[in-house]
Amino acid sequence: MLSGSAWTYGDNINTDVLFPGKYTYTLSERADIARVALEDLDPAFAVHVKPGDIIVAGRNFGCGSSREQAATCLVYNQVGAVIAASFSRIFYRNALNNGLLVIVCPAAAAAIARGDEVAIDTAEHLIYCPAGAFSFPPLSASVMGIVAAGGLVEYVKRRLSGAGNSPTGVLVAGDGAE
Amino acid sequence: MRNFVSPAPQSFAQKALARAAGLPWTEIGQVVDARPDIVLSHDNTAPIRKIWQQFGMEKVVIPERMAITLDHAVPAPTTKHAQNHAEIRRFVAEQGIELFWEIGRGICHQVLSEEAVVLPGQTILGSDSHTTHFGWLGAFGAGIGRSEVATLWATGELWLRVPETLRVTLSGELPYGVTAKDFALRVIGDGGADGGLYMSIEFGGDGIERLSLESRMVLPNMMAEFGAKNAYIAPDGQVFDYLAQRQVLRRHKLRRNALALAEPALAAEIAEAAHRLAEQALYPDTGAAAAVEFHYDAGDLETYVACPHSMDNVVPLSQIAGTRIQQAFLGTCTNGRLEDIAAAADVIRGKQVAAGVRFLVIPASSQVLSAALAAGYIQDLVEAGAVIGVPGCGPCMGNHMGIPAPGEVTISSANRNFKGRMGTADSEIYVSNPAVVAAAAVAGAIVDPRDVIR
Repeated sequence: MLSGSAWTYGDNINTDVLFPGKYTYTLSERADIARVALEDLDPAFAVHVKPGDIIVAGRNFGCGSSREQAATCLVYNQVGAVIAASFSRIFYRNALNNGLLVIVCPAAAAAIARGDEVAIDTAEHLIYCPAGAFSFPPLSASVMGIVAAGGLVEYVKRRLSGAGNSPTGVLVAGDGAE
Repeated sequence: MRNFVSPAPQSFAQKALARAAGLPWTEIGQVVDARPDIVLSHDNTAPIRKIWQQFGMEKVVIPERMAITLDHAVPAPTTKHAQNHAEIRRFVAEQGIELFWEIGRGICHQVLSEEAVVLPGQTILGSDSHTTHFGWLGAFGAGIGRSEVATLWATGELWLRVPETLRVTLSGELPYGVTAKDFALRVIGDGGADGGLYMSIEFGGDGIERLSLESRMVLPNMMAEFGAKNAYIAPDGQVFDYLAQRQVLRRHKLRRNALALAEPALAAEIAEAAHRLAEQALYPDTGAAAAVEFHYDAGDLETYVACPHSMDNVVPLSQIAGTRIQQAFLGTCTNGRLEDIAAAADVIRGKQVAAGVRFLVIPASSQVLSAALAAGYIQDLVEAGAVIGVPGCGPCMGNHMGIPAPGEVTISSANRNFKGRMGTADSEIYVSNPAVVAAAAVAGAIVDPRDVIR
């Protein structure tokens, strides 16, 4: 079970406001990347976010650039999960590939208010918030495997060092997106 | 012997991903292990190398399939950027990567097109969201993340879900002053920034066939702003000829400007190459399903502008005419080619950039710059007061070479107008076609180019 306070945002939150492009080749330390997260969207976020806090947004979260820091800047702030009505496809992959849980759930995204305490039961695919409980489509065991491993790199490392299957061909259709 | 059931009509994406995965066909929604023909990275190659090093390998497994350009911040604006470039050059040498282009050669998508690195029916995955670009030549191009590129260097393959198709048809001829950019903006404005989310966009219709190759490049490129996974235009004889010439030049290590001299001697070889390209091209089956269909009559389209701070905030030019600007930027992988620079030169020739306005012109590649010099466009622009930049991405994502001051307004031929995109959060970006950008530079405000030319 994950739990934390909700930080709510609207539709089409793009990668430039998640992690400004001007930093893509100048910041490489985790602390620096974490510090500028959401700088042009919500300067209070990086200052006040607590480990386990949950981002809640509308449609097409993470649209724009392929820059992976748009996801890692949230990971480095120890964000617990992102709940959205939908995700942009490259962000969705980047998040899972960095061990960040991303959940497609339009009903919960609409019902959660800023500061709400939100809990996510990944085993039962349920989101609990003051407005009620919402179910979301389960991620496949293999996607959860990537998240649990801490991301794609760790996952592929394990595959390369032994276990037989193809290194990346692990996801099955119906993972909600991408 | 297994008994195969004959599949339903296949879309382009189904066929392309079947080929990339070595399968006879694919179903929509199927997840395949694709082995891309080309894996693209650019200035982000150095950070990707750091991720790849975690795999503990000495050599990448796909050096011949890796294509790398230095384009995002070139020449290096800071010591940090210079170190990044130096690391990439060392890596390229260590790994024996031949498909590498130095600073100033141009933007990755333009260079890989000019060099005929990506071919019809192939799959290219790149750590750049505009990798959708390669649909102009009938390839499957999709953007991926850095960890995924590192994984490809280590394993040669990556999972991809076979997307649904969204079909966009254009009938007729675009009116004077209306460009492929305007068509793309109209589609994004109508469907929303997530209108094509996760989908393969197939363009078709006689309106598409009429477009020049440079105009065709605009459409798949811009579909990144529609949420698309990839985009596709059916390749025709013009595409095969364009690529065949460039394949043969590269094979013989000839410069582009040697083509005129060399072409008669190489004509048979070029024709043979074009024939091979045509054989490899993929076309959707008649009757292949589309989840969504859009249809446009070209005569109904006009000139559009995407207003701050979202690419689906699209209005007809007339609605925002008069908006003052301080900077005009012509360039990028979307609209930095010869016909774009020609359109700007035609607007500005004999006139002057308005007082208080900067007009930045950054050709998409060295070949574009060379051709624009030969045609006299660069002289027209410079004499009018434009500033010419080094071929590359320029200020598109706020690295350097034209960052706006707080409170300033930029009109741009690029592909994104997000808040802070060009490096300053407290500034506005309007996106439109090249002639509108040039006209704004002359007028100091967003105006109909016809009002400037008159």
